[in-house]
Amino acid sequence: MENKKKYQEMLTGKFGDNVVINAEKPYELYANATNLLEIVEFLKTEGLNFLADISSADYKEFFEVVYQLYSFDDSDHLTVKVKLTHDNPQVTSLTSLWETADWLEREVYDLMGITFINHPNLERILTWEGFEGHPLRKDFVSKSGRK
Amino acid sequence: MAIDNEKGYMTQEELEEKGILLTSLDKLFNWARSWSLWPFQFGLACCAIEMICTTQARFDISRFGYEVFRNSPRQADVMIIAGTITEKMRPSVERLYHQIAEPRWVIAMGNCAISGGPFVDSYAVVPGADDIVPVDIYIPGCPPRPEALIHGMLQLKEKVNSPAKVRFKKYGK
Repeated sequence: MENKKKYQEMLTGKFGDNVVINAEKPYELYANATNLLEIVEFLKTEGLNFLADISSADYKEFFEVVYQLYSFDDSDHLTVKVKLTHDNPQVTSLTSLWETADWLEREVYDLMGITFINHPNLERILTWEGFEGHPLRKDFVSKSGRK
Repeated sequence: MAIDNEKGYMTQEELEEKGILLTSLDKLFNWARSWSLWPFQFGLACCAIEMICTTQARFDISRFGYEVFRNSPRQADVMIIAGTITEKMRPSVERLYHQIAEPRWVIAMGNCAISGGPFVDSYAVVPGADDIVPVDIYIPGCPPRPEALIHGMLQLKEKVNSPAKVRFKKYGK
């Protein structure tokens, strides 16, 4: 628990208002979308050097992209969240830091329609060629094949 | 040269009385095929577990000669579609069906393969195998028990063995 507090303090000290923390939730923080790359790069040098997962959520007014960072050295875990506008959801790709971000971001792009800037190959990964729409969005209308 | 029936051609019944059994090659082949259907395993979801159970000691589908599950369409006669077909799987199912040498048959095992099952309203699920390939036998259940699969295979045996009966049921003549 102490370690997790430390990350929050380190980040607010270094990045100021670009990081939003909640004292009741020491294991997570919100990062400003434009500063995401430098914030995560800093966390990587501080020991959270494993990107466990990237997921996303649709809150109708806005999107959230959720990054799970893990440190094997300290057995420590931190959730970094980014809020994006619903009209133009864009965020910097983390592929320059972790190769694994490639497929994880493609999944988020495919199912939620969030664009990752500077991604080397931002194409659909789960749905098939020619599929239209992003099925995990709340406003996605599913076509039933019921006969 | 005209055939003269007056010159002592025997009817089939008369031949059988003398111990000579006449049959057509088609009938012989169908009889042989119906007793050694080689399934092409197509375990797409949880129905595959029941399909595996069917081959094991308790249910033992080899009693009927159907135990030779093949991984290649080129060696198989009957395709057992066991599980949910997703839209992404659709082209593979179609292509593999066409790669099976004729004569070929298809068994749709389980509710998903029959009609999409509980996932029919999903954007990613094919509403039944008959959307893609002609299905011979439908085995309902979620999943069907091994006995049901065996019953389905025996129904298929019946179908392979008696094309006349199938034609009659389908077209009434």
